[in-house]
Amino acid sequence: MSWWRPSDVGFAVRSKLADLGLATRLFVRLLALVGPTLRRPALLRDQIHFLGNYSLSIIAMSGLFVGFVLALQGHNVLQRYGSANALGLVVTLSLVRELGPVVTALLFAGRAGTSLTAEIGLMRAGEQLSAMEMMAVDPVRRILAPRFWGGVIAMPLLAAVFSAVGVIGGWIVGVLMIGVDTGAFWGQMQSGVDVFKDVGNGVIKSLVFGLAVTFIAVFQGYVAKPTPEGVSRATTRTVVAASLAVLGLDFILTALMFTL
Amino acid sequence: MQHSKNDLWVGLFVLLGGAALVFLALQSANLLSLNFHTGYPIVAKFDNIGGLKPQAAVRSAGVVVGRVQSITFDDKTFRANVTLDLDKRYAFPKDSSFKILTSGLLGDQYIGVEAGADEKNLAAGDVVTATQSAIVLENLIGQFLYGKAEEGASGAGNKK
Repeated sequence: MSWWRPSDVGFAVRSKLADLGLATRLFVRLLALVGPTLRRPALLRDQIHFLGNYSLSIIAMSGLFVGFVLALQGHNVLQRYGSANALGLVVTLSLVRELGPVVTALLFAGRAGTSLTAEIGLMRAGEQLSAMEMMAVDPVRRILAPRFWGGVIAMPLLAAVFSAVGVIGGWIVGVLMIGVDTGAFWGQMQSGVDVFKDVGNGVIKSLVFGLAVTFIAVFQGYVAKPTPEGVSRATTRTVVAASLAVLGLDFILTALMFTL
Repeated sequence: MQHSKNDLWVGLFVLLGGAALVFLALQSANLLSLNFHTGYPIVAKFDNIGGLKPQAAVRSAGVVVGRVQSITFDDKTFRANVTLDLDKRYAFPKDSSFKILTSGLLGDQYIGVEAGADEKNLAAGDVVTATQSAIVLENLIGQFLYGKAEEGASGAGNKK
């Protein structure tokens, strides 16, 4: 492969386009499979259990500590301007709008996305997917779709838990440890946070991140090279690509949602 | 369909996620106190609105009685048209005056309503011109300096 030979450049472009087309077709298929997936709730339930329940502890702990740190840092800065009472508002807005969806998606990519990629990649390496096709069982419908939709359902719930635990963490540090007035903490928060603009947009964000992260994980596993090295590379790519996708999408979504 | 022990845990997980959303909606965004009942629009004309923003509160005697709906500029009179959405529960006399105030030193700006004495009440679409603009700090300082300078000049004159 050399960049000056036109045939090589052409081949590179063509194969990239083919990859992109494969990814898009798989994405559309997975979206279209929402009905059949929901009609087999047992498969979906096991995936939500695997992706959601097992991620709950890490998400809740991270949310708690992010809330602690936000309260400490926020109080530090706000006190300089004599507005420490706005601490609840600052903590809640930053959690609900940004940190909740983004940090949850990053953790979800590391905690659940990698295991999805490794599982599907190993199924491919062990030729289980081919075996299913031999038995006229569609692996996309039987293996990929429940995992994809399980992740998409679990992600907004995890982000909500993250934000709620973070708000409580901010309250613990801000009110119980630093001594901000509890009425001001909740009152400022309630007058400044909008249900649809802030909480609703946060939920939309986490839904989009859930789609992106779970799809990248599933896709990387599905197209992984059927070797031990291929699976390990696919797992690494899942984390890298999902993290970048989340941060990039976050910028676009924030620009669309909060600048109008 | 067969039940499995995962059912319980997945159910708990979904309920927990739902509870977190409800907590965020109720406790931090105060969904219940949103008033869904409608208001009536009033247009107030201001010379200068300062930093007033849409959605700012309209208060009378400190109680929120409405919200600022939209702010537009009128290039015929060169004044700002502020459309207020006043709560239907409250009626104000026709000669009520509106002024732009600031809550606290660095707080948000809001509109204060002082009730007049007219027997007729404001109705939807009425235009109010009895307004008092926001205080612009630069103008205030300018006036203060001007006053001081004048005082100094007359003081010096007296000494002579």
